[in-house]
Amino acid sequence: MQSFDLAADGLRALNATLHALKDHTNETEWEIVNPRGAHAIAVGVDAPVEITVRGSTGYYCAGMNKQATIRIRGSAGPGVAENMMSGKVIVDGDASQYAGATGRGGLLVIKGNASSRCGISMKGIDIVVHGSIGHMSAFMAQSGNLVVLGDAGDALGDSLYEARIFVRGKVKSLGADCIEKEMRPEHLELLAGLLERGEAAGKARPEEFRRYGSARRLYNFSIDNAGSY
Amino acid sequence: MCGIVGLFLKDKALEPRLGQMLTDMLVTMTDRGPDSAGIAIYGRPEKGMAKLTVQSADPGHDFAGLDAALGAAIDAPVAMTVKDTHAVLTMPAARLDAARAAMRELRPGIRIMSAGEEIEIYKEVGLPRDVARRFHIAGMGGTHGIGHTRMATESAVTTLGAHPFSTGPDQCLVHNGSLSNHNSVRRELRRAGMTFETENDTEVAAAFLTHKMDEGANLGQAMEATLTDLDGFFPFVVGPRNGFGVVRDPIACKPAVMAETDQYVAFGSEYRALANLPGIEGARVWEPEPATVYFWER
Repeated sequence: MQSFDLAADGLRALNATLHALKDHTNETEWEIVNPRGAHAIAVGVDAPVEITVRGSTGYYCAGMNKQATIRIRGSAGPGVAENMMSGKVIVDGDASQYAGATGRGGLLVIKGNASSRCGISMKGIDIVVHGSIGHMSAFMAQSGNLVVLGDAGDALGDSLYEARIFVRGKVKSLGADCIEKEMRPEHLELLAGLLERGEAAGKARPEEFRRYGSARRLYNFSIDNAGSY
Repeated sequence: MCGIVGLFLKDKALEPRLGQMLTDMLVTMTDRGPDSAGIAIYGRPEKGMAKLTVQSADPGHDFAGLDAALGAAIDAPVAMTVKDTHAVLTMPAARLDAARAAMRELRPGIRIMSAGEEIEIYKEVGLPRDVARRFHIAGMGGTHGIGHTRMATESAVTTLGAHPFSTGPDQCLVHNGSLSNHNSVRRELRRAGMTFETENDTEVAAAFLTHKMDEGANLGQAMEATLTDLDGFFPFVVGPRNGFGVVRDPIACKPAVMAETDQYVAFGSEYRALANLPGIEGARVWEPEPATVYFWER
């Protein structure tokens, strides 16, 4: 295992080291110690490596991740795994606002709670939150899946496109154009796979969730709404 | 963007280190706002005594003989400690209002940073590290304190535009964010008799709290009222004499992290500010909920 001490060697050296890793690197296991809430830890990694961050992180940890599996042994600040392309990011603690924002692929797992705007504008990422999520989550979410074992805050899925949202607990309120939808066998199957990959298979069963999606009433301009602008 | 830190000690053994801990937390937040910095420190009160913390752009002139002149004006003993551009004047609590009034006559160039039995506010233009050093903050003990480092958006970078703003005796407020209706609220407050030193939005929030409390609200009720009457982004962190309070706006896009152990309650704009606190590994760390008033009191 390769170990990197952020307190001793600094953020630029860390990210330069990680960016230098290529597809066939033999240095496949990394740990980062003394993160102390620093920003932009392990951003832009593009190699099939496993990285463990031993502590809590600040803004944008694991942003733009490709291929790597990054586990945060603590809580994550705003924008964790923002714009992730592929790979997997696991947060053992809580995540701050806009976790997984604009993510295009890969899997983000949050073992604790996520605060507001979780999965905002997600574009293909899958997000599994073991706890609850805050207000305005999945705002304008375009594709991918957001799975929440706990509760959701106000205005869930406002102006939603084609992302799917599964919530096991209570939803405080739905945003504009977000509605509850029928849970069909293919959704139960999809959800079972997400729970399994999201390290939550022992915690919840697919049948316990409700599905939410877009009513598709905001897709096209309606002349009846002209007075609202 | 601005940086806020706050520390409320439960463990008396940490009180001598309050200034040092708060300074470390604030310096960590420097890159959230390098324009100006300020700190409010609450110390254990001296029975029957009160303090005025004052600031002058020309301390050599304004502070010369001020203790004697003020003492004569209010007919009571006044002790003065000068720290750079600030001075702390200590006098019998019953003479505090008289001293404020006399100050305007004696030294019109002086600005009052804070007044009360426990609070001292220090603030200046510059980096947190430099501001803390000028006022020897790291050497100060106390029960709780609030620090702020500013990235100015709504008004000029001046000493008076720096935070904390005093909201009344032993009270202060800091703010990360901006208010969009501060001009109209300021007009209303002026009509109600409040006075303002700056064009700053946060000063309006401070005056708003003071006005609400003058009308009979307690601090918690006044903070609740910010959620309906002030339009904009904030966490506000306020220091009353016996604790501190936190409120975030309903959108809550400005960051806020809290940590609590048996020894302290701490606030930081980011976790980085809390990362060096003792026992942080075992602390309960969470984000305050939007549109919710939190209070810690002793």
